[in-house]
Amino acid sequence: MTSRFELHPVAIVAAKEFRDRLRNRWVLVAAAVFTAFALVIAYVGAAQQGEIGLRGIDVTIASLVSLVIYLVPLIALVLGFDSIVGERERGTLDLLLSMPITRLELLLGKYAGLAAALACSTLIGFGVVGGLLLLKLPGAALIHYAGFMASAVLLGMAFLSLALMVSVLASDRTRASGMAVALWFFFVLVFDLLALGALVVGGDRLGGDALPYLMLFNPADVFRIINIFGFDDVRALHGLATVFPARLAHPALLGGAMLAWIAAPLAIAAWSFRR
Amino acid sequence: MDGTTAMSTVIDVAGVSRRYGEVLAVDDVSLQVGSGELFGLIGHNGAGKSTLFRAMLGLERPDAGQVRIEGEVVGSSTFRAVRRRIGYLPENVAFHDNLNGRETLAFYAALKGVPEADCARVLERVGLAAAAERRVRGYSKGMRQRLGFAQALLGHPALLFLDEPTNGLDPQGIRDFYATLGTLQDEGVTIVLTSHILAEIQERVGRLAIMKSGRVHAVGTVQDLREATTLPLWFELRLAAGAHDPLHAAAAALASDGCELRMEGNRAWLRCPRPVKMRALAALAALGALLQDLQVREPSLEDILLGQKTA
Repeated sequence: MTSRFELHPVAIVAAKEFRDRLRNRWVLVAAAVFTAFALVIAYVGAAQQGEIGLRGIDVTIASLVSLVIYLVPLIALVLGFDSIVGERERGTLDLLLSMPITRLELLLGKYAGLAAALACSTLIGFGVVGGLLLLKLPGAALIHYAGFMASAVLLGMAFLSLALMVSVLASDRTRASGMAVALWFFFVLVFDLLALGALVVGGDRLGGDALPYLMLFNPADVFRIINIFGFDDVRALHGLATVFPARLAHPALLGGAMLAWIAAPLAIAAWSFRR
Repeated sequence: MDGTTAMSTVIDVAGVSRRYGEVLAVDDVSLQVGSGELFGLIGHNGAGKSTLFRAMLGLERPDAGQVRIEGEVVGSSTFRAVRRRIGYLPENVAFHDNLNGRETLAFYAALKGVPEADCARVLERVGLAAAAERRVRGYSKGMRQRLGFAQALLGHPALLFLDEPTNGLDPQGIRDFYATLGTLQDEGVTIVLTSHILAEIQERVGRLAIMKSGRVHAVGTVQDLREATTLPLWFELRLAAGAHDPLHAAAAALASDGCELRMEGNRAWLRCPRPVKMRALAALAALGALLQDLQVREPSLEDILLGQKTA
């Protein structure tokens, strides 16, 4: 469909998607899940070091990063996998596409509305924990926490983008859910094992220098790098200060990688949805 | 045959084909619909009606050929302007269950750039005003169909595409629906609808196209199609005493024209090719009081559709 892009239909679809998620309490429930997990992790995350309770902000962030890597991609995939294929299967897509809206506008509207819902949940959920930290800790460290929340939102956007891609590519909802679960397994569990395996097997031949860059090919790892290697004190905490090239920890590179992870799956979805 | 000459062509389908894998769902279809027409698209399930419909709306990109609506190629850069002038009711229409009737229409109205005030008007028109604040989840099949029709009427479209519009409606609903269509036609709206219930639409549409296996088999008014068909018609007779022999003689005289007679007690059936109709009627009329009753059985549209093989 060759037609000039218009923002207005995108906004209408986005507003509807967002309102739907507010009305069916999705935003509330997801925020509650984030809050509950984050509180537990923040309090007991350092139990192995013999401490319980809120500690330094960087240590808390380090604990929360692991939680976010498991939870946020899962919730983003669950939120988005159904968005197009579900409408197709229920028969509502036909009518929607007969409106004065292009397929690209519809896709972007869906994405924007769901992304807003996910961002709300993430910010509320981790914001509550951040608020508690604020009561206890000096304000300066909260810059780190703000960075952590922003990167968690970006991580959600990236996996939501993957979810929409799955939703366009899959022929039915069952397959879409299967593909979503597979993506989660791959990026959250399998990818790092493969990378580690490559390092062990390939060793010197591959060159240890290449491995960190491999991490850019996984949005979950990009998120980890932003939050763990982005701050000197945390890096020291993990004992990784020497292993990781400082060049790679550059915020522009990491931010760019995250944005690419948001844009690329959406672009594939848009391309595939066109026909 | 050509009902479009007096009117300007609004929909022009030219050589459209659409293939799904091995199946040629629409096979080189061309047809024109004039301004203000009520045009029916008839065929069995799977004949290609819905696919042709979707191609007309630009929901399906044809593999060959093109569709023009009001002179604009469907799917071109001007599609948005054309879309705003079209109302479409898909087959088996479905809605987002979490919204109520009014909210559903408000969403589509926003997308079409129609003021929200129009929602109340169309809900009134399809008789759903009382259910406007109820969740669509609780709507019956007929109510959903009405809501779909209401959605198609948003913004006073100049063209209506209705795919199986009376699906799920009760007899009263069907009458109301066609009454509304009549009003719309008086307002100058061009309407294309599909159906496989022939008896329902043959009295109501101006012209119709018969689709079979992806091809348009015939186009015209019901009368055009009847006349074009080679299907025979039947005279159903009830005989008075002593009619047997004279009837035999009359039938024998028509036998060379292809008429056949069958008798059973005081009833008889004379089957004749269409061109012989008046001659046969005259011969039967000559029997006078020997016939107690005579009925002409014309082939129904259904017979036309079902009785002919694709060429």
